[in-house]
Amino acid sequence: MILKDLSEAIGVSGEEGGVRAVLLDAVQGLADEVRVDTMGNVLAVKRGAGRDRMRVMVAAHMDEIGLMVVGHDSDGFLQVRAVGGIDPRLLPGTLFQVGSDHIPGVVGIKPIHLVEDEEEEKVAKIEDLVLDIGAKSKDEAKRLAPIGTYAAFTTRFRKRGRVVSGKAFDDRVGCAVLVELLRGERFRFDLHAAFTVQEEIGLRGARVAAYAIEPDCAFALEGTIADDIPKDKDVSPTTQMGKGPAITIMDRSVIADRRLVRLLTDTADEIGIPYQIKQPGIGGTDAGAIHQTREGVPSVTVAVPCRYIHSPVALLSLDDFENTVRLMREALSRLTRRTLSR
Amino acid sequence: MRELVRKLTETYGPSGVEEQIRATIRAEVEPLADDVRVDPLGSLVAHREGSGEGKRIVLAAHMDEIGVMVTYVDEKGFARFTGIGGVRAINCVGGRVAFEDGTTGVLGVEEKRSDADKVPKFEQLYIDVGASSRDDCPVKVGDAAAFVRPFVAQGNRLIAKAIDDRVGCAVLIEALRRLKKTPHDLYFIFTTQEEVGLRGARTSVYGIEPDLAIAVDVTLTGDMPESKPMAVELGRGPAVKVQDGGMIAHPEVRDLLVQCAEKAKIPYQMEVLERGTTDAAAMQVVRAGVPSGCISIPCRYVHTPSEMVDEGDVENGVRLLLEVLQTA
Repeated sequence: MILKDLSEAIGVSGEEGGVRAVLLDAVQGLADEVRVDTMGNVLAVKRGAGRDRMRVMVAAHMDEIGLMVVGHDSDGFLQVRAVGGIDPRLLPGTLFQVGSDHIPGVVGIKPIHLVEDEEEEKVAKIEDLVLDIGAKSKDEAKRLAPIGTYAAFTTRFRKRGRVVSGKAFDDRVGCAVLVELLRGERFRFDLHAAFTVQEEIGLRGARVAAYAIEPDCAFALEGTIADDIPKDKDVSPTTQMGKGPAITIMDRSVIADRRLVRLLTDTADEIGIPYQIKQPGIGGTDAGAIHQTREGVPSVTVAVPCRYIHSPVALLSLDDFENTVRLMREALSRLTRRTLSR
Repeated sequence: MRELVRKLTETYGPSGVEEQIRATIRAEVEPLADDVRVDPLGSLVAHREGSGEGKRIVLAAHMDEIGVMVTYVDEKGFARFTGIGGVRAINCVGGRVAFEDGTTGVLGVEEKRSDADKVPKFEQLYIDVGASSRDDCPVKVGDAAAFVRPFVAQGNRLIAKAIDDRVGCAVLIEALRRLKKTPHDLYFIFTTQEEVGLRGARTSVYGIEPDLAIAVDVTLTGDMPESKPMAVELGRGPAVKVQDGGMIAHPEVRDLLVQCAEKAKIPYQMEVLERGTTDAAAMQVVRAGVPSGCISIPCRYVHTPSEMVDEGDVENGVRLLLEVLQTA
């Protein structure tokens, strides 16, 4: 399963090489052209079956959140900072793999036996935590994990029935959907698949990818927040796991193009694919950068709901995954220049 | 012009849902322009050709307005919402909103809240469209609504919702109407999505590559009781922007506006706005850079459903813009 390989690959923002290798291997033979651009984005083109040279960009980001080593203390502990939106509540006691040798490191935490009452209620700041790789001295720590070394979550991919768990589903699930789209038959237009870098720290890869591709319209594929855990008030769950692909109408980075939203919802209604509208006003995706490129690119985001994203382990439903692939394939099959006429 | 401002302010068009306002403006400018087109993010571009020896000039006013978007519909059919653009909760309670299809909603606030003496948070507000359950609720997640408030003209003052920036659109339309021959190649752009980040102007100007860009938008004033100090007042003429929270106006554009006002004896004031910005901020950093400035219409109560401007300032804004277009 490509999702397993992608989830277990390492690719913290700025050092996406591990994921890029998996993807370059996966898209081999599925696309007519594949290249890696200056920033490290993987750009694959699958030419259209028809004469129309409309350019449709579909993007998913390769990078994941993690830590970076920024210093070493005299006892050999590593000082770290967040790369992307790390939740400090989750750090103490979490296992990381550090550097290219995957050295195990755990974020240091005082044993519960020694914790004072008021301490128990506080969340430690990342500046006050250390990553412990068991180094005996500052010199050993520096040698094993010099400044700039990345650390990534370590969770193995698991499957139980129709639910899978693993790390970095944000956005390896989007990458997996995009690989599936490349796998099938050609579309009428040229499909420009962009596996982007550095989304988690500011949509940086997608910006240059879109500039190079100059698309007529764009879709960003994501793994998004499913906040459907029990609540004491009747309020939005953002999205719900198992209820189908989530379509974005507005988030902090983009207001989706209404014609593309309609294409997606009409397609889903027509062939009976469940879908949900993501709670508006939350989060941001590569579509935020893409739609602002050059003269503007009509854009929309479609996401697989994932519980516990930006933590060491997330859950998703394979039904949602497959329905996202189906919805995207069917919607893209219906997409023509007329969809975008005003 | 009063009727034009009424028509524009009473039309629906929150950011991203600009179809109705675009159609309204299109009907006004179509007979006045050489060609009219809609760009990829929905901005309306009305082009008036020059005689060939002038510059390529963009004039921009945004057609979107602030609004709200449904984020959730509960079991009883009440809708929770988030703001589109700079909506403040303090201006919501007891107000009304209208959706694209005309459905009206009342903005209510939770009564049982522990901090009832404080300004409510968005999470404590809801839209009541009179539904009795989720199933019969006529609005759904992702639907956008604009504030409802009728236009009123009282003395020299115009009061309405969405004067920000339909008054700028009115200034552009009126200038296009009165414009005779010009040496310049003019692009009157009615931009989308300004309120959520100047998104329509940035991309629109990329496609045009102008030599000069001028935004027409509202600015704040410092002339209300206990208002924060600001040297802009209603009725003292359009304001020439020096700087705001997002840009420093190009000095030559600023000076050009001042010279034109002096020459034509149009009252004007200088504007330094501490927070907030306009499409000009996005336009000046497009491609290799575009000399940009802004003509501001002083406006009280910006981003509330009752924004107020002075009709004389609007008229003088048109005169100033026309003067610039015959000079630049």
